[in-house]
Amino acid sequence: MKNLIVHAKRLIAAALLAPALVLAATAGPQLDKAPLSKDVERLKRGATIFVTTCLACHSASFMRYNKLTEIGFTEEEIKEKLLPPDKKVGDLMTIAMRPQDAKKWFGGVAPPDLTLVTRQRNSELGSGADWVYTYLRTFYRDPTRPNGWNNVVFPGAGMPHVFWELQGEQTAKVTKHPDGTESIELVLAKPGSMSTQEYDEMVADVVSFMQWMGEPIADKRKSIGIWVMIYLAVFFALAYALKKAYWKDVH
Amino acid sequence: MTTKSGLLQWIDERFPLTSTIREHLTEYYAPKNFNFWYYFGSLALLVLVIQIVTGIFLVMHYKPDASLNASGIPVAFASVEYIMREVPGGWFIRYMHSTGASAFFIVVYLHMFRGLLYGSYRKPRELVWIFGVLIFLALMAEAFMGYLLPWGQMSYWGAQVIINLFSAIPVIGPDLSTVIRGDFVISDATLNRFFSLHVIAVPLVLLLLVAAHIIALHEVGSNNPDGIEIKKKKDANGRPLDGIPFHPYYTVKDIVGVAGFLIVFFAVLFFVPEAGGYFLEYNNFIPANPMVTPPHIAPVWYFTPFYSILRAVTYPLFGIDAKFWGVVAMGAAVIIIAFLPWLDRAPVKSIRYKGPIYKTALTIFVISFLILGYLGVLPPTPGRTLVSQICAVLYFAFFLLMPWYSKIDPCKPEPERVTWK
Repeated sequence: MKNLIVHAKRLIAAALLAPALVLAATAGPQLDKAPLSKDVERLKRGATIFVTTCLACHSASFMRYNKLTEIGFTEEEIKEKLLPPDKKVGDLMTIAMRPQDAKKWFGGVAPPDLTLVTRQRNSELGSGADWVYTYLRTFYRDPTRPNGWNNVVFPGAGMPHVFWELQGEQTAKVTKHPDGTESIELVLAKPGSMSTQEYDEMVADVVSFMQWMGEPIADKRKSIGIWVMIYLAVFFALAYALKKAYWKDVH
Repeated sequence: MTTKSGLLQWIDERFPLTSTIREHLTEYYAPKNFNFWYYFGSLALLVLVIQIVTGIFLVMHYKPDASLNASGIPVAFASVEYIMREVPGGWFIRYMHSTGASAFFIVVYLHMFRGLLYGSYRKPRELVWIFGVLIFLALMAEAFMGYLLPWGQMSYWGAQVIINLFSAIPVIGPDLSTVIRGDFVISDATLNRFFSLHVIAVPLVLLLLVAAHIIALHEVGSNNPDGIEIKKKKDANGRPLDGIPFHPYYTVKDIVGVAGFLIVFFAVLFFVPEAGGYFLEYNNFIPANPMVTPPHIAPVWYFTPFYSILRAVTYPLFGIDAKFWGVVAMGAAVIIIAFLPWLDRAPVKSIRYKGPIYKTALTIFVISFLILGYLGVLPPTPGRTLVSQICAVLYFAFFLLMPWYSKIDPCKPEPERVTWK
């Protein structure tokens, strides 16, 4: 058995070293950490911006309007402030634009459904929320693009900068490094109606809401999980005691 | 002989209830020295039950339909999100099933490793081992087809990559892959037949094989960490001296194993159900899109060692595509496991009494397997391909050279009776 443990140790050491041998650094844009919030007011503010702005072109077709009661809205508030005239409060956040038409209008790619975007964009570079947070803050003017905008984390994105009046217009300063790589630095060329801090906070609210929307059960799941762990720890102890009692005569 | 109650007697005259319970539980004598490694058989059975029960409830709500809904989302994909969001407790059932799939392979890999440690495949347990390898094969088919059903990008493109491999088979390949897909591309027809095979055909085969595995095991009796036969030393009543009745001794012991397993299982399920993108791949939250190929297609972690072996073959032979030989190598890597009973020529079964050669060989084998698994997740580079080629050769060498190295390995004498270590 001792021998076995020695072997297991060697094996684990080798397995830990293996990645270093073959793993090359993953290239990709630097993502900013999204300052996610669970604050009700911020989630509600994020939801309001999402429903009134994003849902113009994107659907969130797995989300129902009345599910927003889980982050603090009342049904009356939803009906008054958020619900489009043709929708009922129990309806899904679908949009009138048909995917086939959207494809034509947005250069071949329809605006994707956003319900799960924070789960889709997880990668070794950062969480999906980090991606969306960085994406919404790194649009810059690019006259070579059909819509006049480009993006640092999603080069060639079909989406124009919808918040440009708030953030203002950024321009890109591209630096070419001797090793052939490029880095992009954004400069605020024309300020918007919000300060950079205000804009970042607004984006953080939207992203916090989208993070919640990606898996609305996530918080409840974790709180149930704690009780399950406590239960199983007790169960394990009892099972172990039972086993000990049964096995006391086995030598 | 105690008097049976009226009902039990009535049943026993018509069905072997009491005798079956005796044969397989209360008078099935298992070696008393089982260690940690012996939990994974019963845990595999537990996970099988979890998968079947959660699967039944998933089928009640899941729709195997690749057509697009009004929002342009495939109905199958949308039905999974419906389960996650709107079916009461649906998220729990679905996470049980997705975590269960990975858990199944973890416990089965550990269960198979136990066999390598203690020579559980050796005579007279050859059929137990072969049934086990067939279970592993069926499990791979079951997992592969199940993975298509959520109809995400990885479901679609993973299936695309694997089914395309079959088209590399000479002569019959193209037709065979068309039959598997039921279409010339992966489509609604593929989704429907994979659904049928995943929920009916393969589970039936799995259950039959598991029954055969256990019946064969109970016929010859369990091996143990010392690799000696407890049936050789019996008391006056014909009971093995080192055996204890499976029930109650191992039923209560396995409950401890179940509790320990569930702590890990539910910790993943409740706190990290995606397991960092390994149990639920991030790309699979994007609906399947036949027009957009993901930049990197990685199979789920449990297939990656074999996938790496497939990719390691880069030379065409006899005028046939390297891809075909890759498929052959991948198939051989699984099938060769079944031949272990005849490859191992050591005079002892257990690693406790085997010599340094086997211990070294097994260590190299396990490291190669882990590296292959790791490389299978990554996109190939020339350096990685070379490493995977070396590891693939080491993988096969473990089996193919065993008849020689196991014979010359200086083994220690086995004890007469089982030991506690």
